[in-house]
Amino acid sequence: MYDYVDGKVDWLAAGLPSEGRAASKPAAADVARSGVPTCALDDTLGEIRARAGATGVEVCVVVNAANVVLGILREEQLKGPDSQRVDEAMVPGPSTFRPHVPIGEMAHYMAEHELPTTPITTSEGKLMGVLFREDAERVAHGDR
Amino acid sequence: MPRPIDRNELQELRANGAQLVEVLPRDEYEDQHLPGATNIPLRDIDANVKGRLDTAKAVVVYCWDTT
Repeated sequence: MYDYVDGKVDWLAAGLPSEGRAASKPAAADVARSGVPTCALDDTLGEIRARAGATGVEVCVVVNAANVVLGILREEQLKGPDSQRVDEAMVPGPSTFRPHVPIGEMAHYMAEHELPTTPITTSEGKLMGVLFREDAERVAHGDR
Repeated sequence: MPRPIDRNELQELRANGAQLVEVLPRDEYEDQHLPGATNIPLRDIDANVKGRLDTAKAVVVYCWDTT
């Protein structure tokens, strides 16, 4: 006999599938956008903007080589000069959320804390996607 | 005494047909559980529990977290 000591929360936090009533309800990972721009600590804002090209960039997540979230650049932080380094401009250690958190809970929290975006990560801190408040609220209110 | 395992070991055991048993109360199990897991709440575990499991396969028990 074996004991999965870290339990159900560890499994869910890793974004793994589940069964049951809650499994069919949207959670953070279901609504988060994947493919959001990422960057490294020693990148510059100019490099980020150049990679984004004409589409522009409204949020960029700072990650290390293992894709662990270190910081975030939102609209305000992205206004800096081209030469500014990411580690100078970023918001370090942003609040992150696990993939299994119900979307209604996310929408409420993000509205209460005026968060336009928040990274969704595994329990190891690896980036899974970015949840936009507008998406969370739309899904939470049933307007898919 | 059950042997502690992590998520990676759990996935290997699942791939080899292990039985998962969630020991949380029924309502919590029905809300969300690992795929394929059965529910035997801790308070219901007694000498007869073996009759509910396939003794030829590994059994993995789990709770909500480490507490």
